[in-house]
Amino acid sequence: MTEAAKEKAFRVHLMVCAGTGCVSNHSFEIKEALEKEIKKLGLDNEVLVVTTGCNGFCERGPLLVVQPGNIFYQQLTVKDVPHLVEEHLLKGRPVKKLMYTPPKEKTPIPVLSDIDFFRKQVLIALRNRGLIDPEKIDEYIARDGYVAMGKALTQMTPEKIIAEITISGLRGRGGAGFPTGLKWQMVRNAVSANGGAKYLICNGDEGDPGAFMDRSILEADPHSVIEGMLIGAKAVGATQGFVYVRNEYPLAIKRMTIALEQARAYGLLGQDILGTGFDFDIKIVRGAGAFVCGEETALIASVEGRLGEPRTRPPYPAQSGLWGQPTGINNVETWANVPSIIARGAKWYASIGTPTSKGTKVFSLVGKINNTGLVEVPMGITLREIIYDIGGGIPGGKAFKAVQTGGPSGGCIPKEQLDLPIDYESLTQAGSMMGSGGMVVMDEDTCMVDVARYFLSFTQDESCGKCTPCREGTKAMLDILTRITEGKGTEEDLSLLQDMALAVKDSALCGLGKTAPNPVLTTMRYFLNEYETHIRDKKCPAHVCRQLNVYTIDEERCLNKGKGCDLCRRNCASDAIQGAKNEAHRIDQSKCIKCGVCFDVCNFGAVKVD
Amino acid sequence: MPKLTLEELAKIREKTKRLTTIREGGEYRAKVCVHMGTCGIAAGARSIMNALMKELEERALGDVLLTNSGCAGLCSREPMATVEVAGQAPVKYVDLTEKKIKEIFEKHVLGGRIVTEYALGIGSEKTDF
Amino acid sequence: MNQGKVTEILTKYQADESALIAILQDIQEEYSYLPKSVLVQVSKELNVPLSRVLSLATFFKAFSLKPKGKHPVHVCLGTACHVRGAQRVLEKFERELGIKSGETSADQEFSLDAVRCVGCCGLAPVVQVGEEVHGKITQTKVAGVIKKYKQ
Ligand SMILES: Cc1cc2nc3c(=O)[nH]c(=O)nc-3n(C[C@H](O)[C@H](O)[C@H](O)COP(=O)(O)O)c2cc1C
Ligand code: FES
Repeated sequence: MTEAAKEKAFRVHLMVCAGTGCVSNHSFEIKEALEKEIKKLGLDNEVLVVTTGCNGFCERGPLLVVQPGNIFYQQLTVKDVPHLVEEHLLKGRPVKKLMYTPPKEKTPIPVLSDIDFFRKQVLIALRNRGLIDPEKIDEYIARDGYVAMGKALTQMTPEKIIAEITISGLRGRGGAGFPTGLKWQMVRNAVSANGGAKYLICNGDEGDPGAFMDRSILEADPHSVIEGMLIGAKAVGATQGFVYVRNEYPLAIKRMTIALEQARAYGLLGQDILGTGFDFDIKIVRGAGAFVCGEETALIASVEGRLGEPRTRPPYPAQSGLWGQPTGINNVETWANVPSIIARGAKWYASIGTPTSKGTKVFSLVGKINNTGLVEVPMGITLREIIYDIGGGIPGGKAFKAVQTGGPSGGCIPKEQLDLPIDYESLTQAGSMMGSGGMVVMDEDTCMVDVARYFLSFTQDESCGKCTPCREGTKAMLDILTRITEGKGTEEDLSLLQDMALAVKDSALCGLGKTAPNPVLTTMRYFLNEYETHIRDKKCPAHVCRQLNVYTIDEERCLNKGKGCDLCRRNCASDAIQGAKNEAHRIDQSKCIKCGVCFDVCNFGAVKVD
Repeated sequence: MPKLTLEELAKIREKTKRLTTIREGGEYRAKVCVHMGTCGIAAGARSIMNALMKELEERALGDVLLTNSGCAGLCSREPMATVEVAGQAPVKYVDLTEKKIKEIFEKHVLGGRIVTEYALGIGSEKTDF
Repeated sequence: MNQGKVTEILTKYQADESALIAILQDIQEEYSYLPKSVLVQVSKELNVPLSRVLSLATFFKAFSLKPKGKHPVHVCLGTACHVRGAQRVLEKFERELGIKSGETSADQEFSLDAVRCVGCCGLAPVVQVGEEVHGKITQTKVAGVIKKYKQ
């Protein structure tokens, strides 16, 4: 875009979501199609196409929001574009059939803010989502970006900044919920070795599978993190910052790199920022793919170019971190909250949430749920509100079974606790934890023993191997769980599993090992009957544990409904299905490897699993 | 690029805000629809639209929707536009010029007073939104 | 092996040994794996023991000591993908490509790996081929995805 075009006003802005989810749904092709059509109709002087970061409602991508008016279009295809442009932009008639209609309802909802998925959300960390082009610093500035930094640099003392953050009640969003103000105070108080520098780190390793809020913030609003770090730098007296981003997030790395360059070009990073004499700069560091590197001491080791292994604390990084110097490390979402707190005041922030947990939390709502995506909600909201009001409930009329929070360190919360108001303490009491905010919803077709086994295989895989309880303990637990899911478990296995879990919890070196038993302990606490069924009846009620499944074909249904369509036989991985077109099919159990392909492909529900 | 001062930062903010306030969502204060059928365009509807866009930009308004519509069926009185202030009946203006639309914008869209001398009819049609 | 390319990477990081991980990442990107001879060169030029280079190269998942295929297929086995049936998708890939997870096809076209969460969980189960992410993949869609990349 030329300089002149940048200055120009447009009567309509088309906000195309270019978060990772929508990009994989071809949103860039939608963007190109929009631009082409707009040009064709001679509207290129009036209508601007803007690519934004993740809108949050990933399930319905690719997404487009038309402003002004906040008209929400979803599940677009390139084919829809000419009609949409002509109707809405040329003739002023929004296109109903491309709008969102809630499941089970008939009337589409045109305006984004009227849609339940968005209505209950309170946006602080995600305040700019869908509203700015993350690759244009001016658009961030227009949304009152860098106002808080200006205030912190010109009107506030470090003590005052720390006091604001402390009073706001902000706690770390990376998992443990450590009070951010307190951490900053520790870094400020710490004396650096040999008069060296103090450092800040933004932890964007986001290792929890099922969580993608940090990715979304880095992609949609990188300047909010930069501004947060600038404020933090003034507070603790740091001169150099690092943003550590997982290697798996190329788009986040790209957008953050651009944002850093633009901030530097404006002199918002570097020396003598805003002419105040304050110096601070930020470097980007790519992770190299190890879950344990999300742990702060391991992360620091890998920034230094060493093996990403954790070490015992204390000393905490606040006292001795990067290259032995005092280092403040916070999560991406934590940083993104900081500018709003400074701009709007600690009291405002503290008025949101529960007595122990202030503000909002971003959750990624995934798994067996209708409206998958990213949601930001006030602390204290109930699981039921998130899952049913925002998430739209469970697809396919299935029954809710549990929600998993806290990733591999967390646990599964059953339906009896759906009315739990969520904050750091309530989730811990339920045996789980806040973690980074992944919320994986599970329904009747999810096997809880398999889920426990899944997480153990994860932690076993990711254990750095430095301490014995974690390395050997998770392996032994995994062996038992695998046995149970294969129908080879015994009653003794249950007590053994419990004992091992408690032992590892007590003796592991870092958070990874200490929390690894949580998924096992919570599933045993709430779903013991499922373990027992696997052990006693050699059955998996959810039909997930492969070895325990028996696939059969309802021959009558196959012949009458499907006319022996033969699809299963052609897809069978092991030639275990007998029959031909127009004949009833049959499975030879001795050959069946239980891959489940026949069950997946049958369009007539003729394949049964027991 | 020289380093910014607080004042320069504020200037960038004001300037960009003017261009992006229309993204802020919320209720419309008013909707202005310029009739852009072939006849309307031939009669100068584009310049009416451009004049309106300029108003939006200069005043940094985020709650006025500018749209087009097809031919309004009264080709002899083009360019035409319909102004619909929230909660009031739409008013159709005819034989527009850039000067007239500026006046209408100021008096009707922002001030809520219909400019009767340019108006054709009141409440003759309702738009979708 | 193009020695010049490696020298270029080392120069970019001013042969700073604390940038060792970043250097290895660039090499991995350049060659799609870490060739032995290159690691030896890095160890010499940075003056760090080969054992240290190798310990990093084997610790981090981003590194591979074997060449990857032209189209690296990453099947996500993160939690969201797992509960939506990702394991079966992985197995279908294994059967369709005729290789196991962790292997590369004989013609070097495809390699198959299981990964933990690519951060696109809203569209689970997710498969990433090269830089391209494919969402809502079922066993029935696997053959179609592969076909897209076969010339
Ligand atoms: C095994 C393990 C993995 C972790 N992974 C992450 C992560 O991916 N992202 C993150 O922000 N914090 C992670 N943490 C927490 C960090 O150690 C650290 O507490 C956090 O970055 C501090 O920031 P906060 O106070 O803003 O939450 C992890 C901790 C452990 C024990
Ligand atoms: S769990 Fe598969 S993309 Fe996150």
